[in-house]
Amino acid sequence: MKKAGITIKDLHLSFGPTEVLKGVNLDIKPGEFFAFLGPSGSGKSTLLRSIAGFGPRPKGSILIGGKDVVALDPWKRNVGMVFQSYALWPHMSVRDNVAFGLRERRIPAADIATKVQEGLELVGLAHLADRMPNQLSGGQQQRVALARTVVTEPEVLLLDEPLSNLDASLRVQMRRELLRLQRKLGLTTIFVTHDQEEANTTSDRMAVLDGGVIQQIGTPQELYDTPANLFVANFLGTANILEGKVETEGGQARFRTTTGDTLALPEGKTASGTNIVLRPQNITLQRDPGANALAGQVLHREFLGGQIRYLIKAGGAEIVVDQSHRAGRDWFEPGMAVHLLANTDSAVVL
Amino acid sequence: MSNTHETPVATGLAERMPGWLFPRLSGLHIVALFIALLLTGLLLIPVAQVIFVAFQNPATGALTLQNFVDFFGTSLFRESFWNSFYVSAMSVVVATAIALPLAYITTRFHFSGSILIQSLGFIPLIMPPFVGAVAMQLIFGRNGTVNLLLGERFGINIPFMEGLNGVILVQSIHYFPFILINLSASLRNIDRSMEEAAQNLGSSGMRLFRKIVFPLAMPGYVAGAALVFIKVFDDLGTPLLLNVNNMLAPQAYLRISGVGISDPMGYVISVILVAFSILSLWASFLVMRGKDYATVQKGGGGMAKRDLKPAEKVAAYGVVIFILLVVLSPHIGLALLSFGTIWSFAPLPDAYTLQNYVTMWAGSKTFIVNTVLYAGIAATLDVILGTAIAYIVIRTKIFGRKGLDYLATAALAVPGVVLGIGYLRTFHAIDVPLIGKPLASWWVIIAMALMIRRLPYALRACMAALQQVSLALEEAAESLGATKRRTIQKVVVPLMTGGILAGFVTSFATAAVELSATIMLVSSNNDAPLAYGIYLFMQTPSGRGAGAALGIVAVIVVAIGTIASQIIIERDKKLKASGDVQ
Ligand SMILES: Nc1ncnc2c1ncn2[C@@H]1O[C@H](COP(=O)(O)OP(=O)(O)OP(=O)(O)O)[C@@H](O)[C@H]1O
Ligand SMILES: [Mg+2]
Repeated sequence: MKKAGITIKDLHLSFGPTEVLKGVNLDIKPGEFFAFLGPSGSGKSTLLRSIAGFGPRPKGSILIGGKDVVALDPWKRNVGMVFQSYALWPHMSVRDNVAFGLRERRIPAADIATKVQEGLELVGLAHLADRMPNQLSGGQQQRVALARTVVTEPEVLLLDEPLSNLDASLRVQMRRELLRLQRKLGLTTIFVTHDQEEANTTSDRMAVLDGGVIQQIGTPQELYDTPANLFVANFLGTANILEGKVETEGGQARFRTTTGDTLALPEGKTASGTNIVLRPQNITLQRDPGANALAGQVLHREFLGGQIRYLIKAGGAEIVVDQSHRAGRDWFEPGMAVHLLANTDSAVVL
Repeated sequence: MSNTHETPVATGLAERMPGWLFPRLSGLHIVALFIALLLTGLLLIPVAQVIFVAFQNPATGALTLQNFVDFFGTSLFRESFWNSFYVSAMSVVVATAIALPLAYITTRFHFSGSILIQSLGFIPLIMPPFVGAVAMQLIFGRNGTVNLLLGERFGINIPFMEGLNGVILVQSIHYFPFILINLSASLRNIDRSMEEAAQNLGSSGMRLFRKIVFPLAMPGYVAGAALVFIKVFDDLGTPLLLNVNNMLAPQAYLRISGVGISDPMGYVISVILVAFSILSLWASFLVMRGKDYATVQKGGGGMAKRDLKPAEKVAAYGVVIFILLVVLSPHIGLALLSFGTIWSFAPLPDAYTLQNYVTMWAGSKTFIVNTVLYAGIAATLDVILGTAIAYIVIRTKIFGRKGLDYLATAALAVPGVVLGIGYLRTFHAIDVPLIGKPLASWWVIIAMALMIRRLPYALRACMAALQQVSLALEEAAESLGATKRRTIQKVVVPLMTGGILAGFVTSFATAAVELSATIMLVSSNNDAPLAYGIYLFMQTPSGRGAGAALGIVAVIVVAIGTIASQIIIERDKKLKASGDVQ
């Protein structure tokens, strides 16, 4: 199959007076599995739909395989889209649903039959070809929708929250299947979700959107470890954010919080900014004070099984700390005075 | 950049010109334009023509109010105006008297007869009112069943059917379901908690009803009442069949068919009819708007119902059965008349026979063939136009699309008589090529009138059907390479089939029994449809039996249509129930 890259340049889109996409720039490589992640209303679906050619016509350019498609009607773009609602046509059998796009391309009937068969085999549904959509389970409908799209050999595959209508266990299974299929076909794929676990586990790279603006692009790990701003830091996982400023004293950089506590930053780390981001698992709790440790008080404790999550008042904020749980080890009780030792190697100053 | 994708050379010039000079016309634009022209020619111009002529001096053509002065200066017209108003208002009162107890009993009490009321309450609507009129005379007339029995027992005679009373009785029996349906719906929509909150604050009984229930149910009632008022105000067939001519619609008909199409009085009456139509549609729109008292909350569900005590139950059944007997009397009377030999000065026909049906069949084959033809054409065009307009209004951004919707819906405010007069006036001077007749007396124009009259209903059905089709189903087709046209053809229309079919059946069934526009446009008995046939039969006492038989045919046609469209809609809902989650 053809692999096409997607380049989006300075894309603006408005619904009437409200601007929903405010200058999106994006470069997706051929064959990449790319995710759009962001809170509700951030413009993920709008951006995805504008790649497929739906919705108001945007300003800017969308290049698919080097060709600007902004002015093209949806049916003239070779872009496959899988809808959140699956959008299977209830008046056509599974076979006819899958054959639809091929028939529109005026492919000889014999070829259509084999391609439909292959497509259904790909998703493991060849035995259900003659069923009507309303005789299928949610997961099966999802697979038919996928087969219907991939048999037309699109240059890119767009998926708008394809798993959100499935129950939790099926969702995990389907996302693996999706990834397997994508790898097998090598299709350039964009996946919209607001579930970060889904994005983390499937995508090669992802873009975090907020308010119609891309906040950061990178691999899931890069985004988690080195968020570009507080929004990304907060959106991906739990982040403790302390306000303050960076001071340098004798070549040693330190972060001084607004409450006057200081955290030594690793040697050689040059940082500037007024916030420090600490992940819950990068903080250790101890009873005794120590160098580089913040004094605090336990507010609340939750036993999560493998971990214990504490809420600690320290450094002018309420800090979440995760400690791995081992049988027999003592817990810190609410009300106790504790000291937090932050691993500043993995901290980010923003 | 816009010049990187291929642009066919032919459109190059047009694209460089200003947009307004060469608007990019898609197929849908052309369809929209065609529909606009059609509605303009068949609705806007004829009605505008009628209004214009009403304000025109018949001799000089100058604009004037003289026609209205003349109208109100003539005592017959003043009387007709007052009679139409009186009959409409009284019909609302009597229809309310019938509907209120039924609505109250079904919504407030656990009453096993509720189903009876709900299903039988619709039966009057499946019979054109004028069909029942003659049968009603035989039951409630001076020498009808009821008065003969009353005279025998108590020596009294009640003038149920004398003059205007007859029109009021026939109309209110026919149209009360409009009030019943609307009133029951709004009573059912009142949340129990509304009532309980009032009770909690110390209100009860009649006071509770007056302060809470009544205001909340008011918009639904007013909407139903306005509909009854205007239907009665516009109706031509019933007064004509009961030989009550001193009302507005019959006067308009008689002036145009008797004096001729240049007589201004028919036009003045038309303007008055249209004005009242608009007024009452507007009134019901006003009360409904912003007062959508659908207060049922999650977990709520209608007003509190209570059980009836045994005595109350007997009384309730008594009331319901009495009302149903009255309501069904036109049907019973019509059936008796159609199977009876001679029925005159007797409570029941002398003997029973099938002869009327034989006579009817022999004498009305043309009527039936014509009806199928006219109603078939009208209903087919209605669903085609309805589908196209629905698609254009809901799914495109074509300039002026709302206007198409308004234009098609405006037909609601145009009484049949007015449309008929408008067609006569507008099309009498246009000759149909090859036929050698004016367009106004060509049978096709009857089908066109029926099409315009039924279009608003067909349009609503198509819009509802299209709204059921999720947009994602269309987008899926487009993203798989289907053009707009192919998407409409392969996905949209097939998925709308149920709704379209239901619209077709309703349009067909109701067009088949329409009389007011047709009666103006039928130029020879050979062109007459069924409704006109019934009217002709009923003109002579000897033809009444056959007329009743034809009436039974009409009732059956409408009944089958109504039931069929219900079944289609239900089945369609089930099919759509899945396939597209959301
Ligand atoms: N047809 C429309 N008309 C007007 N505004 C719209 C329309 N569609 C979307 N919007 C607005 O555009 C913004 C972005 O919507 P979009 O559907 O792209 O969000 P999303 O990121 O996909 O959210 P979700 O996760 O809830 O699906 C929202 O503020 C929404 O209200
Ligand atoms: Mg979305």
